[in-house]
Amino acid sequence: MSILVDKNTRVVTQGITGSTGQFHTRTCREYGTQMVSGVTPGKGGTDFEGIPIFDTVEQSVAETGANVSVIYVPPPFAADAILEAADAGIALVVCITEGIPVLDMVRVKRYLEGRETRLIGPNCPGIITPGECKIGIMPGYIHKPGRIGVISRSGTLTYEAVHQLTTLGFGQSTCIGIGGDPVIGTGFVDALRLYQDDPDTDAVILIGEIGGSAEETAAQFVKEKMNKPVVAFIAGQTAPPGRRMGHAGAIIAGGKGTAADKMAAFEAAGVRVAATPSEMGSTMAAVLEERK
Amino acid sequence: MNIHEFQGKALLKKYGVAVPDGREVTSPEDAAAACREFGGVCVVKAQIHAGGRGKAGGVKVCKSPEEAQAFAQELLGKTLVTHQTGPEGRVVKRLLAEAASDIDREFYVGIVLERATSRINMMASSEGGMEIEEVAERSPEKILKVSIDPAVGLQPFQARQLAFGIGIPKASIGKAVKFMMALYKAYEDSDGSIAEINPLVLTKQGDVIALDAKIGFDSNALYRQKEILELRDLNEEDDKEVQASKYDLSYIALDGNIGCMVNGAGLAMATMDIIKHFGGEPANFLDVGGGATTEKVTEAFKIILSDANVKGVLVNIFGGIMKCDVIANGVVEAAKQVKLQHPLVVRLEGTNVEIGKKILETSGLNIESASSMSDAAERIVKAVNG
Repeated sequence: MSILVDKNTRVVTQGITGSTGQFHTRTCREYGTQMVSGVTPGKGGTDFEGIPIFDTVEQSVAETGANVSVIYVPPPFAADAILEAADAGIALVVCITEGIPVLDMVRVKRYLEGRETRLIGPNCPGIITPGECKIGIMPGYIHKPGRIGVISRSGTLTYEAVHQLTTLGFGQSTCIGIGGDPVIGTGFVDALRLYQDDPDTDAVILIGEIGGSAEETAAQFVKEKMNKPVVAFIAGQTAPPGRRMGHAGAIIAGGKGTAADKMAAFEAAGVRVAATPSEMGSTMAAVLEERK
Repeated sequence: MNIHEFQGKALLKKYGVAVPDGREVTSPEDAAAACREFGGVCVVKAQIHAGGRGKAGGVKVCKSPEEAQAFAQELLGKTLVTHQTGPEGRVVKRLLAEAASDIDREFYVGIVLERATSRINMMASSEGGMEIEEVAERSPEKILKVSIDPAVGLQPFQARQLAFGIGIPKASIGKAVKFMMALYKAYEDSDGSIAEINPLVLTKQGDVIALDAKIGFDSNALYRQKEILELRDLNEEDDKEVQASKYDLSYIALDGNIGCMVNGAGLAMATMDIIKHFGGEPANFLDVGGGATTEKVTEAFKIILSDANVKGVLVNIFGGIMKCDVIANGVVEAAKQVKLQHPLVVRLEGTNVEIGKKILETSGLNIESASSMSDAAERIVKAVNG
């Protein structure tokens, strides 16, 4: 019932000895995720609450069979951590860290070209397959196993959507926070393709925001390649141009990347757009009802 | 982070980018002195972090030191209103005086991230001196682009493609290529987020120089750019935004009268949107981040309330990891500390939400507790608009 992560996923935490890494490693393990190892250079041979710590990702993969990594290391070292995970053959790297320099991420993306490793983030809450595997900082209890995919550039707005879905009785297949930075690993289109091909996902909520043109590209993809319903919400309809709205990637530049453009693109592609953030769940419910 | 033109030119010069001789001046007398240094004729330019200075009367070619002095006298302390400053304009506190150039033709060169490819692009155009957005709108074929592979950086052949493509004469191609290579090096080394040379000029002597320089830097990279950070000019930034950044709060002032305090950037934008949807006007964007502690909430209240237009406040927190009772206690404590007089609507969601609501309702303060985002927005709009 999921994409990318499930109950068999084995996770290594990079930056496991920092306070954020510790807190969320513990919370994810309590949720039921297999947190098999941690990496902090120089702390190899010790452990965090029974989870073995290694000096390198390579060692942790060899010793514990980790196939997904989650990164909490501070921004100056985060790009290096992503590269290390990719080099060790990790299939999926989830980078939570906020504040990585853009040029570092440009180099990271170049390094990942042609490799098998998929990156989610950075500057994201992570990924969760409810009831099976939670990787990241999202509150697990708001989720419920089910058949709706959620994909978003924003953390708390994802929680808002998930909470609405769960309250209305709709569970989620997998929820992905793709991150609020201008350069990110997995984009909307990559994730939509996975949801389209997933037999256990019936529909998708996509939460975009101002800046860039990823939503416009996603709208095109939905129109041409998807037969599953997609509901969208775009944040930043009232945002002034030329200002970065918290997220490094949320900026209307040179008149491009407005919420109005993105909403129009979705509507033109037949995607229902929720008028307010309070109506993401109910809009999905209405769309599913019409399809019955 | 943005810097002034004179600072940008000084930075570029270090990397071997050709710029006119010039320096910062902050008094009329100094403007006259600088004019003499540059041969008795100079260009005096207002230094503010906004474009459109020429059209707004902030730039003048001065034919004598006396003229430079008089113009500097007029400009210093004046509020300059350009299409980028907003109607309130910006007070001119610093000037750039530089040698006048013998202009033959004007071009445009810029460097910016292309998000769709995750690569840095260098762009060039024969249409110098115009807003590049305008050129993109009217004649996009006149903007040439090359995509830079970060593994090897900008290559000379790419610079030649651009230089020949925009019509730089053969005799000056070498200079244009050197200019572009140096510009990219400066951008890469200093973690640029944007570099625009508009216009790039070809002089009658065949030189290729930067007549203007707009350079911005990646805020995330400032930890490793100490020299750049020293160029920050707080005069050019909103006081409330500077104050907010000290507490790690992300705040942007807007024109409305409903103050907002939210956790998460996306939710904060969506909160502004829903206020507008119900007929209100948001006074600000404010992201308190993941840990909405009493201290942070108190500082956030202070900043929101320092805007005299604010007539009511909406707090929207999706608890997530934090428990709602902890947040509710923080909000009540902060509201007491700042002696909040305006209507306050709080929407909390997450663990212990019922306990949190109880704390708000029994606080003895003028706090309304809302059950959803739309409920919260309707309530605050009603409270403020009547």
